[in-house]
Amino acid sequence: MRQTAPHTSHRLGGHGNVFNFGVDIVKRLWWVLLLLPGLLSAGEWSGFIELQGRHFPQQALDGDQSDQLLSIAIQPEYYQRWDNGRQSLLFIPFMRWDGEDDERTHGDIRELVWTYAGDGWETKAGIGKVFWGVTEALHLVDVINQTDLIENPDGEQKLGQPMLKLSLERDWGIIDLYALPGFRERTYPGEEGRLRTHPRVDTDQVEYQSDREERHIDLALRWSHFIGDWDIGLAHFDGTSRDPLLLPAVSDSGEVLLTPFYQQMRQTSLDLQATKGDWLWKLEAIHRSSDSDSYNAATGGFEYTLVGIAESDMDLGLLVEYLYDDRQDDATTPFENDLFIGMRLTANDVDGSELLAGVIKDLDDDGWMFNLEASRRIGNLWKTSLQTRLWSDIPEQDPLFVFHRDDYLEFTVTRFF
Amino acid sequence: MNPILVPLLLLLTPTLAIAMSAEERGLEIAKEIEARDTGFHDFKASMTMLLRNKHGEESLRDMRNQTLEVENDGDKTLVVFDEPRDVKGTALLSFSHKVGDDDQWLYLPALKRVKRIASRNKSGPFMGSEFAYEDISSQEVEKYSYKFIEESEYQGTPCFLIERYPVDPNSGYTRQQVWVDKERYIALKIDYYDRKNSPLKTLVFRGYQQYLDQYWRADEMFMENHQTGKSTLLTWKEYEFRAGLNDGDFNKNSLKRAR
Repeated sequence: MRQTAPHTSHRLGGHGNVFNFGVDIVKRLWWVLLLLPGLLSAGEWSGFIELQGRHFPQQALDGDQSDQLLSIAIQPEYYQRWDNGRQSLLFIPFMRWDGEDDERTHGDIRELVWTYAGDGWETKAGIGKVFWGVTEALHLVDVINQTDLIENPDGEQKLGQPMLKLSLERDWGIIDLYALPGFRERTYPGEEGRLRTHPRVDTDQVEYQSDREERHIDLALRWSHFIGDWDIGLAHFDGTSRDPLLLPAVSDSGEVLLTPFYQQMRQTSLDLQATKGDWLWKLEAIHRSSDSDSYNAATGGFEYTLVGIAESDMDLGLLVEYLYDDRQDDATTPFENDLFIGMRLTANDVDGSELLAGVIKDLDDDGWMFNLEASRRIGNLWKTSLQTRLWSDIPEQDPLFVFHRDDYLEFTVTRFF
Repeated sequence: MNPILVPLLLLLTPTLAIAMSAEERGLEIAKEIEARDTGFHDFKASMTMLLRNKHGEESLRDMRNQTLEVENDGDKTLVVFDEPRDVKGTALLSFSHKVGDDDQWLYLPALKRVKRIASRNKSGPFMGSEFAYEDISSQEVEKYSYKFIEESEYQGTPCFLIERYPVDPNSGYTRQQVWVDKERYIALKIDYYDRKNSPLKTLVFRGYQQYLDQYWRADEMFMENHQTGKSTLLTWKEYEFRAGLNDGDFNKNSLKRAR
């Protein structure tokens, strides 16, 4: 159990103020916005707009949840480089309008970052995005950015993170130092949304262990290098955990809800990849400790590519990863003793057609989840993608049980500009 | 033997040429090609690929290339994609090696993820084009064994016709026939034969220009696939030699910055 009294922030404006995330950030960065019009005239704009439909064939646990969701998202991107390419500014706002789920109608500044590239060093300031890791099924070591969970239950979409970064490039590797002022809360589906907990998570009531709440400054350090066929990364993070504990609470209206509680944590991680011909061997391992627990977790396996199958240009990749967490049944993650088996089909055609399919099987019970993602380009500016996720035989005590009636099919059309 | 002298000796003393085996003579020509292309240090250029299928349907690829010469090893190359738009900002960093697999990292901008990729797959299509990665990567002498076939000509230009055999068992080819300009020591045409030794592709180099009074680069490389009827026209533009690139422009940080 936690030993420190949680600090609670009750936000005014309440449920339905869907622009909270964007507005908070914009308030803090008003000075940048004042400078923007002048800056934004000399660089290049690009980006995309997408139309997304989701269909849930099974009836939801809660009658308020919808079976069909239609949404539109736009993500423009501005980039400018000057000072002989040493300095650059990148600005990527994001906005989604969802026809059903008020929470999923949300905006974010994915990136608004200034970069200075020196000789053998680099610094970044602003809102940025960082990825650490090598495995495919789960990203254990990737802790800098908060998950924009409402975008996709796979957790691959991230919210922009305010950061100050210094990077030193040496013969013996790259050292990255991060100071992360300003915490971003995880996004959760609203009442009408699918793929949510029961009861739902109330993002208007948030608790922190630190009395500095979302203003706690997190610190991180990473060393990465490659030696021949080996790529290695060692990292340490000290700050607010991106993964909240969900605590039952009663709202003002007497409704039972879950309140996210963000603890302080320290995580030390290793990520390792050996690239041996057609084989990629991968390992991610972490040790994480907080006041409530201390544990080890790891994901490891391989990706083997069969090049030019059946005398075609197609490549077939076979992926196997084992997912482990030493908390076993007490783990807050559903992946504590699971096996991921997947295949990646790359057509190598003009349309860049790709298909990734996989299952994650819980080795302790009958539960498994199935995932399929396929995409294809149409012409130079359009792309279509298809995604489906199925959850089957999930036992009641499994964290994934809440999704057991949320199998879905998603279709997206994207227009790039 | 001074490599510059070799071609002179070959031309002036036919007896010496006869004394060399066809393999030795092929290797000497390959070494001379490399010797004459050594010392450029680095260059930047933009590349456009026009892909055409047998129905005449076209598709465009735009990318930018930075190359750094590495002494006693293969070059370092950074390629950034601009078109098609869904892969804009994707970048590929390659450290090619004279012997063994190249090191390759792919940067995926949407996820901010750098992935070390298996470089053994060198025979597959590069960006859906008729070029394989092995066709456009750093052409090191050690990557092939050679055989001199005959003195020939290509479109009126006197040539050495040599055959080269990829050392790497994962190459998509059994052999390549290369028409080498006798005077400038540059490839004018390459015929590729697949793993079954059937004619697969022909690459023609057009519009050679000389940079820094030494280094020849073709403005256009036209690759035609005889088995599928597809073709790719690779156009090189805005060559800038000795652009001031160094090792620091070819690491994982610069890969993420590349755009």
